[in-house]
Amino acid sequence: MGFSNEQLERYSRHIILKEIGVKGQKKLLDARVLIIGAGGLGAPAAMYLAAAGVGTIGIVDGDVVELSNLQRQIIHTTADVGKAKVQSAKETIETMNPDITVHTYQTYVHSQNILELIKDYDFIIDGTDNFPAKFLINDACVMAKKPFSHAGILQFQGQLMTYVPGEGPCYRCIFRDPPPENAVPSCKEAGVIGVMGGVIGSLQAMEAVKYIVGVGELLTGCMLTYDALKMKFRKVELPEHVPDCPVCGEHPTITQLIDYEQKSCRILSEGKN
Amino acid sequence: MGEYVTDAVVDITDVVCPITFVKVKVALEELKSGQILAVRMKDGEPVQNVPRSVKDEGHKVLKLLSNEDGTYTLIVKKEEGEH
Repeated sequence: MGFSNEQLERYSRHIILKEIGVKGQKKLLDARVLIIGAGGLGAPAAMYLAAAGVGTIGIVDGDVVELSNLQRQIIHTTADVGKAKVQSAKETIETMNPDITVHTYQTYVHSQNILELIKDYDFIIDGTDNFPAKFLINDACVMAKKPFSHAGILQFQGQLMTYVPGEGPCYRCIFRDPPPENAVPSCKEAGVIGVMGGVIGSLQAMEAVKYIVGVGELLTGCMLTYDALKMKFRKVELPEHVPDCPVCGEHPTITQLIDYEQKSCRILSEGKN
Repeated sequence: MGEYVTDAVVDITDVVCPITFVKVKVALEELKSGQILAVRMKDGEPVQNVPRSVKDEGHKVLKLLSNEDGTYTLIVKKEEGEH
């Protein structure tokens, strides 16, 4: 069987669910999820997946914990300020649930490391805060045929969608290219309500759990948007198939991963002028 | 257990809700469809809840027998198909 009495008790609320049961809980314990970004989204996602018993959790983040992170990044505490985020996250997860193996990658994702990072994982959670990383994660997951959850939060707004290879559009089907630099403020500049990461990051964890267990309907082919001020959720249906998508379409034009380094691009073009 | 030939027995008299039903689910998981499980349980909450939960999962409750010592034995037939 493989479940200790302690595990039966820890996961009892899962096991009694018809949709999960003993088999579903085993799938969770055998599953491997990679969380890119241990910030506003990644923190609650990592914590719920750890509590749920997702057996192997990888966390990628090159940052250290700052005081200004703590308003929303609930996996880190005041005592963690100055510590690598991946280390702080690992320590929290290990105190939450000793069943979990945590792998930490103290780095940022880029075109040269992302395929290697996602290779051994079953599901990827995009908890990053910038467009270059979001497009990179999308392209890499499409190329490596990995399912992932996209999400973004800003101010009082949040959105998420799920990509599963062959089962609906990718992020680039909907958004062709990153927006021009400074067209969209970052949450550093524009602010974000702390709870938003909890709402959207938890929904990402929910998508991961459903994907692993194989129950229900995922946000494939749909973008869920949340406006906290108006208290409105909208599920926007996306085109089922985008034949001319540059990465997942019939004749892909993007066959290599791209590092959109917006700042250095600007320096380059200024140099040309 | 009288007229029933059981394939497995699980004792849940030493645990409380919801571990009672969890242990029954684990025991049922190990059986094949059509096999019979005997569940020994205490009176009260387990007797009220476990048979209902077992039925909700699509299995067949054949009988609840009193052991005349404050415990009961529930005879369940595993029915595959629900999940």
